[in-house]
Amino acid sequence: MSLASYILGIVAALLVLGVVIELLRRGRLRERHAAWWILAGVLALVAAVFPVTLAWAAQLVGVQVPTNLVFFAGIAILFFVALQSSSELTALEKRVRTLAEHAALQDLRIRQLEADRRDRKRVDE
Amino acid sequence: MIQARRVLVVMPAFNEAASVGDVVTEVLREAPDVRVLVVDDGSVDATSEVARAAGALVATLPFNLGVGGAMRTGFRYARDNGFDAVVQVDADGQHDPAELGQLIDGLDEADLVLGARFAGTGDYRVSGPRRWAMVVLSSTISRIAQTRLSDTTSGFRASGPRAIHLFAQHYPAEYLGDTIEALVIASRSGLKIAQLPVAMRVRAAGVPSHHPAKAALYLGRAGLALVFALVRPRSTYRIGSA
Repeated sequence: MSLASYILGIVAALLVLGVVIELLRRGRLRERHAAWWILAGVLALVAAVFPVTLAWAAQLVGVQVPTNLVFFAGIAILFFVALQSSSELTALEKRVRTLAEHAALQDLRIRQLEADRRDRKRVDE
Repeated sequence: MIQARRVLVVMPAFNEAASVGDVVTEVLREAPDVRVLVVDDGSVDATSEVARAAGALVATLPFNLGVGGAMRTGFRYARDNGFDAVVQVDADGQHDPAELGQLIDGLDEADLVLGARFAGTGDYRVSGPRRWAMVVLSSTISRIAQTRLSDTTSGFRASGPRAIHLFAQHYPAEYLGDTIEALVIASRSGLKIAQLPVAMRVRAAGVPSHHPAKAALYLGRAGLALVFALVRPRSTYRIGSA
């Protein structure tokens, strides 16, 4: 491995971690959504700084080319992030639905109360 | 025996300004004791105004939720305002309000009464793949509900107090969920389901879809809705949990 590709790996991993932490710091990303990204960033950083850990891990699980383990882990993490997003989207849709129904019923109730009040006023006069 | 019950007719309406007024008027003429709640499902036309002018209560959803969302709104209104029965009537005029009383009387024996279109009365007919889909669905759901149901996608149905409480919380919003999954939820929660033959009329407005590709898609989605309704954990339908 050349020095350039060694540095590229480290810079890329640091960039990922840097962006995730900055988003967290500004409140643009919630912690529970960030977990997967932080995991990915930390793994990438470890593998970039100590390439021997990657070789060791690949040997441990029987992957012959260490790079393939990187691809596998990368795809797995992206898969879980996408799945988590879909699941959260479902939960949000459920809440929006409930709020919409609630709003419609409140609107109806306000209309009825206003109509009642108008009638009462008319009777009083 | 309508006199003892407080009955709410819930009418989901999406861009039905052309027919909803007449249907509301007809329901109120046939059954003067009921309240009619039109749930305007995010229409862009004058559905709300027309329904209100015809004497219905109107709940206007801010955007389109589908029939399931509209019906749950209706069930919530019924639950929160002490109604004993909810009858779903379509705003396009295909359900005959003259049969309201019959459906409601059926609630003496069951928690949920379906107005079945193929059970002998009237001349409502569906052919081809859509018809087969309906037959497969009906026989499967009949087995689950342990009673013979011949028309499980009928929207014309009456719900008693137990069903109202269940549906106010768990009425599915998914496409086709409102008819098929609702039945599965009801039977899995131990509600008694019955069916009564009703006659269907030609829609006052709007066109039904009968394209083969659409029918296949319909069967696929219906089957999926059924499968997921069956494998859902039982705790999903507990009343009291959100």
